[in-house]
Amino acid sequence: MRILYPFLAILAVSLIAYLGGKVTGLQYLFGVVLPYLAFAVFIVGFVNRVLYWAKSPVPFRIPTTCGQGKSLDWINQDRLDCPNNKLEVIGRMLLEVFAFRSLFRNTKAEVHDGPKLVYGSSKWLWLFAILFHYSFLIVVIRHLRLFTEPVPSFVALTEFFDGILQIGAPTMYQTDVILLAAVAFLFLRRILSRHVKYISLAADYFPLFLIFAIALSGVLMRFYFRVDVIAIKQLTVGIATLSPVLPAGIHPIFFVHVLLVCILLVYFPFSKLMHMGGVFLSPTRNMSNNSRSVRHINPWNDPSIKPHSYAAYEDEFRDVMKEAGIPVEKE
Amino acid sequence: MYDAGKIIPGLIVFVGLMLFAIYYNVGNKIEDPKPEKPVGYTSCVLPLEEIRAEHMVLLNEWRDEVIREGKREKVEAGGKMYEKSLQNGCMHCHTSQEKFCDQCHKYASVNPYCWDCHVTPEYGKALGEAN
Ligand code: HEC
Ligand code: HEC
Ligand code: HEC
Repeated sequence: MRILYPFLAILAVSLIAYLGGKVTGLQYLFGVVLPYLAFAVFIVGFVNRVLYWAKSPVPFRIPTTCGQGKSLDWINQDRLDCPNNKLEVIGRMLLEVFAFRSLFRNTKAEVHDGPKLVYGSSKWLWLFAILFHYSFLIVVIRHLRLFTEPVPSFVALTEFFDGILQIGAPTMYQTDVILLAAVAFLFLRRILSRHVKYISLAADYFPLFLIFAIALSGVLMRFYFRVDVIAIKQLTVGIATLSPVLPAGIHPIFFVHVLLVCILLVYFPFSKLMHMGGVFLSPTRNMSNNSRSVRHINPWNDPSIKPHSYAAYEDEFRDVMKEAGIPVEKE
Repeated sequence: MYDAGKIIPGLIVFVGLMLFAIYYNVGNKIEDPKPEKPVGYTSCVLPLEEIRAEHMVLLNEWRDEVIREGKREKVEAGGKMYEKSLQNGCMHCHTSQEKFCDQCHKYASVNPYCWDCHVTPEYGKALGEAN
């Protein structure tokens, strides 16, 4: 059910959009109204969620330290894995955000005869995750050709390099293939690896199906149904310039694509996909491990509460304690 | 709120990036592409809807048929026969690259490399006159 329900949901939504995409009135709903709403929910929801996180105090230093901390001069510090100052933290964060360094550390634990616990390196997750994320980024940048006029040169440049293999017409983009392959891998990992499957929920499968369906409908649109790109750009540029028009003759598969993207946008701020913003706020990554050299004071300490020593405590409660038979230090 | 000094600028950058397409277009004059209709011809080699969406596929098919399989037989459009060719077929009717093909391609940000080798009739004529 964890797998089937999300799958059926995506299927049903696609079907609704495909049938609705044939009706002009619904075309306006799917093509113009919902995208505006979804985008607004995405932006507001995202900002809201980050502000909500920002309200949580992080009074203690809780970085995960994966290396030697700063110590005596003659002991080498592992500066990226156990950062001691801002600069080192920035280095760690940059590598985390751009290179997924903590995923690179993914290991596989196996129990062998003996019994003996063995940890092996497991880089597949990192590899496909990085392929997936960068392909997705490039695909998003390429889509700007539909929302800008004239198209900025960095978009044209991205298109050029993405189609560098010059296969077929219209040119095949590598990232389309890589994105689909990577999502397929991430899905197979969840269902073939039994322990990963055991801890996977509908909320893990749903985004995978959703993103796969979005990419697939996009690929179908370009290579199979061959939608009228000029008409679609009139629609999308209209949206970006806040003066939407609905050209006639747009193929319904386009509305499937757009409705799925709208669902992704709305789902985003309320789901695990918020790791896009969350990675910057993870205290185990973005704090320096300097509690031995800097005193950190708990921000919610109430200054009117004075320290209360044991001696004073005993003075206050000596009679009661004696009555209850609790030993006291000073008779 | 904690760390506002870092989180608020971060959010501003995020929202700024997300709204790029909206403010980028402000002040740009956006015109729909207007490919010039060929004069003196009434129909294309395919029905209008199809040629619009499928012309790149057709061109690739023609290329393969002509130079890989040697099938140079002509194609019919509006009762007349035309060469199965980019420069002598399509561009027999659509004479200008700039006023026809590029109109749409600039708008859709596609940059076919065909004219690196093939010459357009206009260019061919100018070349002939120059020599
Ligand atoms: C009605 C607008 C229009 C006209 C006119 C037009 N094209 Fe296109 N053409 C397009 C669009 C839109 C695409 C891109 C489709 C896509 O991105 O999926 C395209 C793509 C192509 C491609 C594939 C490019 C690539 O790298 O993927 C070729 C080749 C091509 N056109 C050739 C021509 C030629 C030659 C002419 C002139 C005889 C022409 N086109 C006229 C709209 C047009
Ligand atoms: C016989 C002359 C002729 C030939 C040859 C021809 N076309 Fe056309 N083409 C036309 C005419 C006429 C129209 C306009 C049809 C209409 O408006 O109904 C047209 C329309 C088009 C359109 C759509 C333009 C628009 O305004 O949306 C494209 C794209 C196109 N042709 C590309 C090609 C390509 C590519 C080839 C070669 C494979 C080709 N044509 C060959 C005459 C021709
Ligand atoms: C590297 C140079 C080069 C490029 C780039 C190129 N062609 Fe060609 N093309 C040729 C040559 C050479 C022939 C053979 C001409 C012949 O034998 O008639 C040819 C033949 C063709 C033919 C069949 C015959 C004719 O005269 O048109 C078509 C159709 C064609 N090309 C389409 C295209 C399209 C579409 C593109 C862009 C996507 C393209 N070509 C890009 C060199 C090129």
